[in-house]
This record gives sequence, C-alpha cells and structure tokens, in this order.
Amino acid sequence: MISFFLKRLLLLIPVFLAVSVVIFMIVHLVPGDPIDNLVQINSSPEQKAALAARYGLDKPLYQQYAIWLGKALTGDLGDAIILRRPVSDLIAQNLPHSLSLGALALLFSTVVGIAAGVLAAIYKDSWIDRVTMTLILLGSTVPSFWLGLLLIMLFAVQLGWFPVSGARSWDALILPVLTIGLGGVALVARVTRVAMMETARKDFVMMLHAKGVPPWQIELRHVLRHALLPVVTILSLRIGWILGGAVTVEFVFARPGLGSLLITSLNQRDYPVVQGALLMLAIAVMLGTLLGDIVQAAMDPRVRERIK
Amino acid sequence: MAALDPIKTAVRSPRGGLSAAVLVLVVACALFAPWIAPYAYDIQNLPGSNAEPSRTHWMGTDEFGRDLMSRIIYGARTSLSVAITAISISVVSGLTLGAMAGYFGGWFDRAVTAVVDLTWSFPEILIALILIAIIGPGVESVMVAISIAYLAQFTRLTRAQIMALKNETYVEATANLGAGHFHIIFRHLLPNALTPVIVAGMLATGDAIILEATLGFFGLGAQPPTPSWGAMMSSGTAQIFIAPWIIIFPGLAIAATVISINLFGDALIEALDIRNRLRSV
Repeated sequence: MISFFLKRLLLLIPVFLAVSVVIFMIVHLVPGDPIDNLVQINSSPEQKAALAARYGLDKPLYQQYAIWLGKALTGDLGDAIILRRPVSDLIAQNLPHSLSLGALALLFSTVVGIAAGVLAAIYKDSWIDRVTMTLILLGSTVPSFWLGLLLIMLFAVQLGWFPVSGARSWDALILPVLTIGLGGVALVARVTRVAMMETARKDFVMMLHAKGVPPWQIELRHVLRHALLPVVTILSLRIGWILGGAVTVEFVFARPGLGSLLITSLNQRDYPVVQGALLMLAIAVMLGTLLGDIVQAAMDPRVRERIK
Repeated sequence: MAALDPIKTAVRSPRGGLSAAVLVLVVACALFAPWIAPYAYDIQNLPGSNAEPSRTHWMGTDEFGRDLMSRIIYGARTSLSVAITAISISVVSGLTLGAMAGYFGGWFDRAVTAVVDLTWSFPEILIALILIAIIGPGVESVMVAISIAYLAQFTRLTRAQIMALKNETYVEATANLGAGHFHIIFRHLLPNALTPVIVAGMLATGDAIILEATLGFFGLGAQPPTPSWGAMMSSGTAQIFIAPWIIIFPGLAIAATVISINLFGDALIEALDIRNRLRSV
C-alpha cells in the first residue's frame, strides 16, 4: 500500500511540472511585453532595462521559469499588481474557504448520491426511481450558476432562511454546497444505480436469496459492497469536476475563495494572482485525484496490482 | 437514405420527438432571430427598465429596458454558434489525432496519450480558464478554449475505436492489396469509427453551451451589448431583488436546450445501439 502511494505520488511530479510550465507561460504569452505592465509611461529604455533586470525579465526563459518555480515552491508567488499584496497572502486568506466548500460538497455528493442510487435500484420503476432519474437528468444539464441563483432567489430573497452571499456565518455554506452537490449527486447516483442493478444479477446474489438471507441485508451488505467499486472509480476520476464546481459557485455566491479570486483577477488582468490561484487549483485537483486513487486501491487489490 | 434511419427512429420515440422539436425551435431562433424577435436586442428604454413580464414584453425587460425575450432569441445565436463551432473544431482535431495515434502507435501515440491523460484529470472549466488567461477574454477566445478543453475526450474515444478496428481482417486485406496508410485510415477506419465520436460530439455540445454560459457569466465571453445567455444572467444578479425574471428566463433557455440535446442524444444512442462503444473509454 505504501509503495502504491509513493508510486502514484512520483507520477504526479511530471504532471505538476507540465502544468506549472503552462501556468508560468501565461505571463509571456499574453499580448504585450510583461515589462510594459510594470513601468510608468514615458520611462526611458534605461529605466526599463533596470526594471527588467530587477524582475529577472532579462534572463532566458528557462532560467526565469526555474527561478519562478523555485520561489513558488517556497511559497513566494510574487506580488499582486492591483491589490499590492503578496499573492501567497491572498491565497492563504482564500484557501480555507474553498477547502471547506469543496470538502463538504464532496461529502454531500457521495453520501446523498449513494443513498439515492441504492433506493432507485432497490425500488426500480417506482416513483422513487423516477424522481431520482429526473434529478439525475437535471443535475447533469442545469448550469450550476443558474441553480445557485435560483436557490438564492427562493431561500435567501423570498424566504430569508439563509444569507444571500458572503461567508460570514456557517449557514452561508448550505446553499453553495447544495448547488455544487446536485451535479455530484447526479453523477454518483447514476453510477450507483447501474452498478447495484448489475451486481444484483450475479450468481452469488441468487445464492444468498436461495439461502434465505433477508433482502435488505443482501442489498446493503453484499450488493452495495460490490457496487461501491465503480462508484469510487468514477469519484476518483471526477473529483476535479466537483472541485471545479466550487470555482463557479464561489463567484455566484460572492464567497471568498480561490475561484472568486481567480475570476476577479482574470477580469482585472492581475496575472501574478491568476498564476497563483491556477497553480493552487491545479494542485488541489491533482491531490484530489490522488486521494481518490488511494481510496480505490485500499478497496480493490486489483488496482494495487495494476500499478506494479 | 439509410444513414438517416437512426435519426428517424430517434425522432419517433416520445422523448426523442419532444426534444427534437425544442431543438428545431432553438435553431430557428438562432437562424431567423431578426424576423422572430419582437424588438431589436439593443434598443434601450430606461423609463421601462426592470418591467415585469406583460403582454407587450412577454418575458419582461432588463435593467436598460431592453426586451428580454428578444435578447434571449438573439442570445441563441451566440450560444449555439460558439458551442457548435468549438465542438466541430474539437471533433475534427480529435478524430485526426486519435486516428493517427491509434493507427501508428509508437512515440507519436505515447506523446498524444501523455497529453490527453494530463488534461483528462482537469475539469474543462479549469482548462478553459487557463487558456482564457493566455489569450484574453472574448467570444473567439471562449471558442478556442472550449475546443481545446474537449479535445482530450474525442482523441481518446477515436483512438480506442481505431485500436479496436485496426486488427480486423478487412484492414489487413486492404493493406495486402497495396493500400497506403492514409488510404486505410481515412477511407476504411475513420468511417467505421465516426458514429460514436459524432454522437459524443453532439452530447458535448450541450456541455459546451453550459461552459460558454458560465464563462459569459464570469464576464469573460461575449462583451456588451452582444446578447449571450450567460452574460445576461450576470447583469441580472444586480437586480435579483427587484427583477428575478432577468435571471430566470435565460437560465430556462439554457436548461431547455441542454436537456433536449441530452434526451435526443440518448434516443440516438439507443437507435444506433452504440452505448457499449461509447462506454469503452
């Protein structure tokens, strides 16, 4: 198990390097010389050169990358142009909000999705199944930002149960979690339902029925256990999508977080912040995928074998 | 024509027929917007701003007094043209890359697979945001960003199809008759691999409409006064207490379009009997 973990961790290093190169290049690929964003209008070529030397912009690109990456790894992501603060401060301030939102949304999607999928499979073709199937269709087709706005209108503006926006109290988390959760629940419920129904047809399940084991015990203790494998697989593949949902939803609810920070700084073209936020989000997706792989390997010895 | 038979079967199923009708309506709105829309999309009328739905303005007006229904009808142009163009580019590139990688194998295949696997674990929205950070906001950037964000999916699907097909006897026979690699790929392998990729492309168009609307909502897509469903909702957030219809109706337009695309795609998958070929990825 530990060797599996270390191997997966090592495999992430080239991915991280590739992503960091792309993110580093943002500043150099945008139209215009990065130095023009820093100097005052009418400064002389000598002043420009001095500033370029100060920010290391006169060095070859690969050296600049090495310096940037080295600093980024020690937590120095430069200074925000508009907000005039270290990018690492901004990230430290926003990261906890994104983490709590993403973790809660993941938990909600998993628990409610599995429950809905199990119920839909057991009561196939009943109203429970039909309601679940409709929710699955809606969850995978309704834009999450619209759903978020509808929830705000209903529960915050009309009923006044929850705050409209922000993150000042714990109940401000409920609507955002529901918004991201619907898509996640739809995904998990769909896979759980199909996996439960496929497992229920296997010989060992028929055997259990023949032995007279109570049906609910068969479903929950035997069928669900097998059905969970594909659910964990899809969760480990799609964990990034659930975290990505946080980007959109933070913006809708005007919550502090990496997503809001990214969108705001993209609109203001504050590139150091854009780079820092993207790098953190990419790391979050990679670690999330790693976590999913580990859970999968812990549950299924075949996965552990495959990587050796 | 035999190629149209599955489409006919799909349209005849209840969900296929209903969703096809909605899609025809949306496409008609996009194509004939100037003739269908009751007002021009950019005519402002400040005294009549934020008016609720009425007989003169069926879906109400926005914060500048512009007719919301007309803007939604014109908005279909932006959404559909961006999504369809982006996905078409993505499908064609994915078919080419995937076919070459699957057929030739070797270092080219390894390189393509490495890049595809790299982007696979990242959500499309994050890939699109990285690309927009590089090329800057705007309709064209959104198009490019969406087409690259979905490239991995089509490359992967095509590659899997080609890998399964290339060892068939008829391919060996064609090669023995002296056919060149490109003849085999483009005349024999791709036509057989095409159907699942095109259906996947159709389904991805629905996701692309949502992605376009999301980027528009962030203010990174079409710039005002061009109507786009996502951008309309983002300007509506400021009026959420007094004019909720500015948010409700564009969202309904997106939801109806995307649900119809999914239902029709599903009916088509059933009619073509290709569910397993799509799942193999």
